[in-house]
Amino acid sequence: MTPAPHEIDPRHLLEQMLLIRAYEEAIVAGSAAGKVPGTCTSVGQEAAAVGVVNALSGDDLILTNHRSAGHLLARGANPGRLLAEVMGRRDGYCGGRSGSLHISVKELGVVLTSTIVGAELSLAPGVALSQTMLGKPGIVVCFLGDGAACEGSFHESLNLAALWNLPILYVCENNHWQAFVHRREAMSREHVATWAQSYGIPASTVDGNDVSAVLTAATAAAAQVRASRRPYLLETWTYRTRGHFEPDDQGYVDPAERDAWLARDPIALCRDRLVAAGSLDAAGATALAARAADHIAGALAFAEASPYPAPDALTDNVYA
Amino acid sequence: MPAMTLYDAIGAALVEEMRHDPRVLVFGEGVATKRHDLVQEFGALRVRNTPLAEGIIAGTAVGAAGTGLRPVIDLLFAPFLCYAMDELVNSAGKLRFMSGGQFSFPLVTLAMTGAGWGVGAQHNHNVEAWFVHSPGLKVVMPSNPADAKGLLKAAIRDDNPVLFFLDIGLLYQPGEVPAGEHIVPLGQAAVLREGNDVTLVSYGKTVHGCLAAAETLAAQGIAAEVIDLRSLKPLDEAAILASVTRTGRLVVVHEANRLCGIGAEIAALVAEKAFARLKAPIVRLGGPDAPVAASYPLEQAFVPQAAAIATAAATLCQRQAT
Repeated sequence: MTPAPHEIDPRHLLEQMLLIRAYEEAIVAGSAAGKVPGTCTSVGQEAAAVGVVNALSGDDLILTNHRSAGHLLARGANPGRLLAEVMGRRDGYCGGRSGSLHISVKELGVVLTSTIVGAELSLAPGVALSQTMLGKPGIVVCFLGDGAACEGSFHESLNLAALWNLPILYVCENNHWQAFVHRREAMSREHVATWAQSYGIPASTVDGNDVSAVLTAATAAAAQVRASRRPYLLETWTYRTRGHFEPDDQGYVDPAERDAWLARDPIALCRDRLVAAGSLDAAGATALAARAADHIAGALAFAEASPYPAPDALTDNVYA
Repeated sequence: MPAMTLYDAIGAALVEEMRHDPRVLVFGEGVATKRHDLVQEFGALRVRNTPLAEGIIAGTAVGAAGTGLRPVIDLLFAPFLCYAMDELVNSAGKLRFMSGGQFSFPLVTLAMTGAGWGVGAQHNHNVEAWFVHSPGLKVVMPSNPADAKGLLKAAIRDDNPVLFFLDIGLLYQPGEVPAGEHIVPLGQAAVLREGNDVTLVSYGKTVHGCLAAAETLAAQGIAAEVIDLRSLKPLDEAAILASVTRTGRLVVVHEANRLCGIGAEIAALVAEKAFARLKAPIVRLGGPDAPVAASYPLEQAFVPQAAAIATAAATLCQRQAT
């Protein structure tokens, strides 16, 4: 059973967001120091990930993309094994074959991650078809960005999901950036949700920086998919506050727009709300952040100690 | 043995495999319309028509294969695979490796190609070498109904994605097909005619050109061995090398463009591993570096014919004699 939103301790959501932020900051620092390959971080989008993943049940399946750290960590992935994967080490979830971009973790139900923008959309109907035809109760959650929504596969996927009654919760993290292009330059409409509605798919948009709002909206959306066995699209309105990948000087970003979003940082928003409600004091907030940092420091040490795969394993797992 | 066309042999394999394994399902453009007998027996959930959108058909098959089903998809004509390249090459072919072996993708993609219907270059383009060049995929192309049935049954039971090319020119040619459990293992070539003077290696419709050429050559006192590859990946290197080691002469024949085609790989294989046994240079016969025309005489001229194969082989043998 998926817990109702009010049953989830908001401090748990804050902790997950802090862990994701600490993880991404460790990668940014490691990449600046030349120790970790540059990645596509999810900084600024933590609430969108944490709110949705906490609305899911254990047998739901997730398809994600190149900006996946938040989804994976919120689902319970071990940050040490994630960092080992990013660093190409043997203890990575994919044995170092994926790197940061395509991490799948079957045991957590995070399946078939592709970094081809839009591929998650082309794969999702088949995953949902399996769930349906094999009589499994789980729904399929497909995380995409506004960039993927501009691929043809978005439109083909939504059409088929509506036509075949597939239980897919599409979650579009509209983070305003499609690699180095602002969504305004690339989309004929303001919202991806509008496109979904034209396929007869119910859709809504939620403030993606407010973790409680995302959790509430995602819980309702997932329940609707579970009950109707039909698709739904939830658009989380958020912002990619770092670059497309590390390093990226973001010289192409309007500083006023970015500053406005930084002022609505999802972690600060959640923390301040908890402090104002009296569920957390300043010392407690500092302790939570310190714990996340310690956790990631330990994870980084684990990853750095993990050996590289042996060169003779170059062609392992090409064929079944 | 009952005689049936290659098209019906495909249908027979589908029926048998869908009975054999409830995870097998088939979908694509007009599948449920054309193969109504399958719908009757297995129902509309396992035999589906789809939108005319190759990318999502292939992507759906990859997603389904990765999570427990065994789909067969019909994308109609091989050039339409261009719309499904990301799904087939980047997803089906790579995600097993990229996930460290967490997933496998048992799926079969059917596509027609080749001369015969005058359909022109956007319906007729022998693209099989593209997929041989893509890791993680297997590729087959049968030359007769019996192999079509046996290879399709093996492909459906294989845990890897298989590209299954159907030669338009052979689709309605009848042939004897064994009933029941007739399985042709992937990666196993067939020696259709034995001979010690020259090896003719081919697949698809040009196998028949090679067999006709072998008759012509026999009348000239030249014993040609004819090898039907059947599978392009895995490639039966042992069968090719064993034959060429004996004959010392090799003609590789296919309808696909010669440039970077399967024949180039086979020529390189023989040059690397059997050079010392060669009595004459390797000859490749294939289509030109050009799109195929719809016009019948031009479409036929694209394909290496029996007379040209016989001439090439006879020239190789004379070369040794002088």
